Amino acid sequence: MVNTTLGEITFTGLFFFLLFVAITLYITYKATERTRTTTEFYTARRSITALQNGLALSGDYISAASFLGIAGLVSLKGFDGLIYAVGWIVGWPIIMFLIAEPLRNIGKYTFADAVAYRLKLKPIRISASLGTLTTVLFYLIAQMVGAGSLIKLIFGIPYEIAIIIVGVLMISYVLFGGMLATTWVQIIKACMLLGGATLLVVLTLYQFGFNYSELFSNITQKYGENFIQPGRLIENPVEAISLGIALMFGTAGLPHIMMRFYTVPDAKEARKSVFYATGFIGYFYILTFTIGFGAAAVVGHEIISMIDNGGNMAAPLLAEALGGGVFLGFLGAVAFATILAVVVGLTLAGASAVSHDIYAGVIKHGKADEKREVKAAKISTLGLGLLAIILGISFKGQNVAYMVGLTFSIAASANFPSLFMSIFWKKFTTYGAIWSIYTGLILNLVLIILSPSVWVDILKNDFAIFPFRNPGIFSFFASFLAGIVVSFLTKEKKAEEKFEEERIKSILGSTSD
Amino acid sequence: MKEKILNSEEFKHLVKTKKIVSFLLTLIEIIIYFGFIFLIAYKKAFLSQKIWGDINIGITLGIVIILVSWILTGIYIIWANKIYDAKIALIKEKIEEGE
Repeated sequence: MVNTTLGEITFTGLFFFLLFVAITLYITYKATERTRTTTEFYTARRSITALQNGLALSGDYISAASFLGIAGLVSLKGFDGLIYAVGWIVGWPIIMFLIAEPLRNIGKYTFADAVAYRLKLKPIRISASLGTLTTVLFYLIAQMVGAGSLIKLIFGIPYEIAIIIVGVLMISYVLFGGMLATTWVQIIKACMLLGGATLLVVLTLYQFGFNYSELFSNITQKYGENFIQPGRLIENPVEAISLGIALMFGTAGLPHIMMRFYTVPDAKEARKSVFYATGFIGYFYILTFTIGFGAAAVVGHEIISMIDNGGNMAAPLLAEALGGGVFLGFLGAVAFATILAVVVGLTLAGASAVSHDIYAGVIKHGKADEKREVKAAKISTLGLGLLAIILGISFKGQNVAYMVGLTFSIAASANFPSLFMSIFWKKFTTYGAIWSIYTGLILNLVLIILSPSVWVDILKNDFAIFPFRNPGIFSFFASFLAGIVVSFLTKEKKAEEKFEEERIKSILGSTSD
Repeated sequence: MKEKILNSEEFKHLVKTKKIVSFLLTLIEIIIYFGFIFLIAYKKAFLSQKIWGDINIGITLGIVIILVSWILTGIYIIWANKIYDAKIALIKEKIEEGE
């Protein structure tokens, strides 16, 4: 048997966990006084600095799946795992060049605000918020199920209890602290994660005399040259390109990421925050695959796959091997914070879509009074949080790995095209946007159901009707095509006239009002 | 006055430049990333060549792409903060004077 305290509640693990919870709950308590108006609840009064927002963006973005998952994938599959690490960063330059500034200047609180700016508000709000909610729900399910299993592996807490702990904390942060508390949870998580991963890499490289090349010599001696060479992952170029499109443009269509650009004072700060975030995230993924290779060298395949088949425990095992129980306890708390922060961001984005887009925008025709909208936002938070707990528990034991990919391909197909065309294309119309969103959303869902991931693996049919596991490439272009064709068929004079105004606003910012 | 400035060649040129910079940098990022995928799919032998001890071209390229992605955002931000913002500030000033 392997000698490890992984899977037990240790004193250090509990200590770091409680410390994190205590600090974040104290911040939430402090933030309650400043969570009364809509601007406070949705955007923390637009008072977040670029550096803070950069850290918070990384906190929102880096999930446990990409930390523990990629480290594990690299430790077991070598080079093929590295392809994923690279894929997770390439969406960020796209956000910087195309989305961040216009979004900040045109919109108010949500992604739908920006798409709807010059179009007919109501129908757009309904479709755009559906895009947001679908993305948020799938991602929430994937994260909750991941949270339950990972916390069980690390601390040995039963799955259901782990989900309830995560759910209750997540609801408390958003409900009482709104965007301000959410932001600080992200910042603390990002610092813990970057600090923990850096320490782990330093300890790993210390084993190899701080010679990066020495680490690779060790690995090739153990597992052969093939291990660090491109293998079988990209046998099918369609799958690879499809996944690439989902990661690249899906990142720029994630509602909880887009919402963060409203928390800074202006477009300049939004721009700077993407620069910081890209730096932190890139640095983090370089650390992550170094950790993966380190785990392969120091811990070894046998033990990694004995503890968990998918290799998810590679990073914690490496931490224990190099820094003992204390470091393992710390890394367990880091993993917990990582999981928690992502679901907190998602809950806030989902609740905002319900209260700002559907309640205030559609039901109240954009004339809801502020107190009621905040109340609606809080009720939505509670509802969405409880739903996440129920879904997390009912999806227990399901293979939800495909859901992370699905989230990104929905974000790339339903959210990104309409936002992009709304910002850059004068002749884009209300119906064009609606068709673009629904085409991307529905086609994506249908194709994933017909794909091997669901049709064969879950529904146990013999053959998949749709041969690819990543439908992103089809729904992404179909969404653009639908938007373009329908816009040509339904000319909208008002939207065209307003384009100039929108463009000037997106360039000059609010001062042009 | 505001209309006049916003319709001026100077402003239109600035808007156009911004679009070109944004789209060009986007295109570069797309080419870099999908180029990497292309190499992995079709040029495995090339990526497997060792260049630094036991580290091969594939691993090095992976790290380089992450770094270049960040550097591209850096290039954009330097352009936007130093050149673009200064011109925007000038235009805003003119508008405010006119009003």
